[in-house]
Amino acid sequence: MSAEAFHIEVASDMVAAVASDAEPLPEIVVETRGLDTWYGDFQALRKVNLSAAKGRITAIIGPSGCGKSTLLRAINRMNDLVPGYRTSGEILLEGVPAPTDPAGVIALRRRVGMLFQRPNPFPMSIFDNVAYGLRLERRRSRRDLEEPVERALQRAGLWEEVKDRLERSALGLSGGQQQRLCLARSLAVEPQVILMDEPTSSLDPIATLRVEELMREFRDEVTIIIVTHNMQQAARVSDVTAFMLMGEGRAGELVEINRTRELFNRPQDRRTEDYITGRFG
Amino acid sequence: MTSLAIEIEAYSAKRRRRSAAATTGLLMVMVGVLAVLAWVLLYVAVQGFSALAPSFFVSNPPGNPSALGGGFANGILGSLIVVGLAALIAIPLGILAAIYLAEYGRGRWSNAVGFFTDVLIGIPTIVTGAFVYSVWVIHFGFSGFAGSLALAIVMLPLIVRTTTQMLKLVPDSLREASLALGASRRKTVTRIVLPAALPGIITGLMLAVARAMGETAPLLLTALGNNLFTEVNPGKRMSTLSLQIFDNAISGFKSGQARAWAGALTLVAIVLILTFAARFFARRSRVAQ
Repeated sequence: MSAEAFHIEVASDMVAAVASDAEPLPEIVVETRGLDTWYGDFQALRKVNLSAAKGRITAIIGPSGCGKSTLLRAINRMNDLVPGYRTSGEILLEGVPAPTDPAGVIALRRRVGMLFQRPNPFPMSIFDNVAYGLRLERRRSRRDLEEPVERALQRAGLWEEVKDRLERSALGLSGGQQQRLCLARSLAVEPQVILMDEPTSSLDPIATLRVEELMREFRDEVTIIIVTHNMQQAARVSDVTAFMLMGEGRAGELVEINRTRELFNRPQDRRTEDYITGRFG
Repeated sequence: MTSLAIEIEAYSAKRRRRSAAATTGLLMVMVGVLAVLAWVLLYVAVQGFSALAPSFFVSNPPGNPSALGGGFANGILGSLIVVGLAALIAIPLGILAAIYLAEYGRGRWSNAVGFFTDVLIGIPTIVTGAFVYSVWVIHFGFSGFAGSLALAIVMLPLIVRTTTQMLKLVPDSLREASLALGASRRKTVTRIVLPAALPGIITGLMLAVARAMGETAPLLLTALGNNLFTEVNPGKRMSTLSLQIFDNAISGFKSGQARAWAGALTLVAIVLILTFAARFFARRSRVAQ
C-alpha cells in the first residue's frame, strides 16, 4: 500500500467515525440569542441563548424563580400582557426573527402553542374546546370541523374516552383528561412548536406518565419545549436539557445546555453538578 | 379519664355551647330578614289582589279619581316602553364601558371612569330627573323619551359596576388559553370572557331594569304622566306604572289607593317575571354540566 492510499483510507475512516457519532445536523426551530427581559426595573433573564431542535424534546430545569417560565412565555410573547415587561435580544423561529407587532404575534401564537401548569379548558363543550382555534381563522361548519377535532383528540389520546360525549361540558372531565384536552386544543391548529409550562405539576403520577407518553409520540411532528420542576421528568422525556439558575441580581441565566444524558452524567459546569446531585435548589 | 381527655372534653363542651349560640343567632337574623321580606310581599299581594280585576290590565284610570274600577293599562304599557328604551340606551353603553374597564383600561383614565361611575351611583334620582329636565325637557317638552334618558342615567352606573365585577371574576387562565391559541383580544373577550360571565351580567342587568321600573322621582320631571288616554308615542308625555301608583296613592280616595295597590302588585310581578326569564335564558345559554 502506498503512503498516499494509506492516508486516504485513514481519512475516510475518520470521516465515517465522525458521521456515525454525530447525527445529521438537527434543524433549529426556536432560538434565542442574548435574550434579556425585564419586569419594570427587575431583570428576569440575562443573555439567554437557547435553541430547540425539530424532532427533539427540550427540557428547561432549574430552581424556582430562575426564569424558566419567563423564558418560555417570552417565546410566544405571553409576557407582553404584563405591565412594564420589555425585552431585548433576538428570538428566532425557524431562523427568522419572531414578529413583535400585534398582528404578527397572533400569527406567531398559531404556530407556537402552549400548555399551562393547570389545565384551563374553556367552560364549553369538549368539541367546542378543540374547535376553538380552528374557528378563529374563519367560520366553519360543524361537519367541516368534525374530522380535525377527532384527529386532534386522537393525537392527544383522548378520543376513546370522550367520543360519546363530545357535547358535554369539558369541566366534567378529570384533571388528567382536562390537560390532554388542552393538548388536543393546541394540536388542532397544527402548531410547529408547543411550549409546556410544568404541564403535569397538577396531575397524579398516572396522568403524568400518560402525558409524557404522548409527548414522545408526537415529538417528530412538533417541537416541544418543556419547563419542569422535576428532574426525573426531564431525564425521562427530554432529548436535550437546559439548566437555568439565578445569577447576579436574581436575573435568570442559562448555565448549560446539552444532550440530556450528557448533562445528567457529565455536567460541564460545577453549578449544574451541584443542582442535579441535590446540593441545592 | 386522662388529663388530656378531660381537657379536650372541657374544650369541646365550650365549643359546642358557642357553636349553638352562634347558630341560633344567625338563624334568628335570617328569619328576621326573611320575615320582613315576606311581610312586604304578602302585604302587597293581599292588598293588590283584593283590588285586582282582569279589567285592570285593559282599562285606563277613570276620569274622576274617586270613582271605583278602572286600571293602569296605559301605565303598564308606558313603563314597558320607557324602561325598554332606557335599557336600549344604557345596556350597550354600560357593557362596553365595563369591557373597557375590566379588559383594556389601565392607569389614570380608567380609574377616573371607575370613580365617576361610583359617584353616579350615589346621585339621588330626583337630581337626575332635574338634570334631564334642564337639558332636555326645557327645550323639547315633557316626553316618554325624556323619561327614558333619565332612567338610562340611573341604570348606566349600576350596569357598569356589576358587569365590570362579573368580567373580573372570569379567571385569567381562560384569557391566557385563548390568547395562546392565537385569538385577538377582541375575540377573547367576545368568545370566552363575555359568555363565561353572561349569567352574572344578566342578573346585574335585571337588577338595573327592576330598579328603573320602580323609579318615580326622575319621571315626575320628565315623562310627567298621562292618566287620560293610552300613549304609545315616546315623543309625547307618557304615564308609567310607578307614576300612576304615586298619583293614586296620594289621591286620598279609597278607590285610588286600591288601584295603587293593584299597580304595586303588578310592578312586583313584572320584575319577578323578567328576573326568572333572564335566569332561564342565562342558564340555557350555558353548556349543561
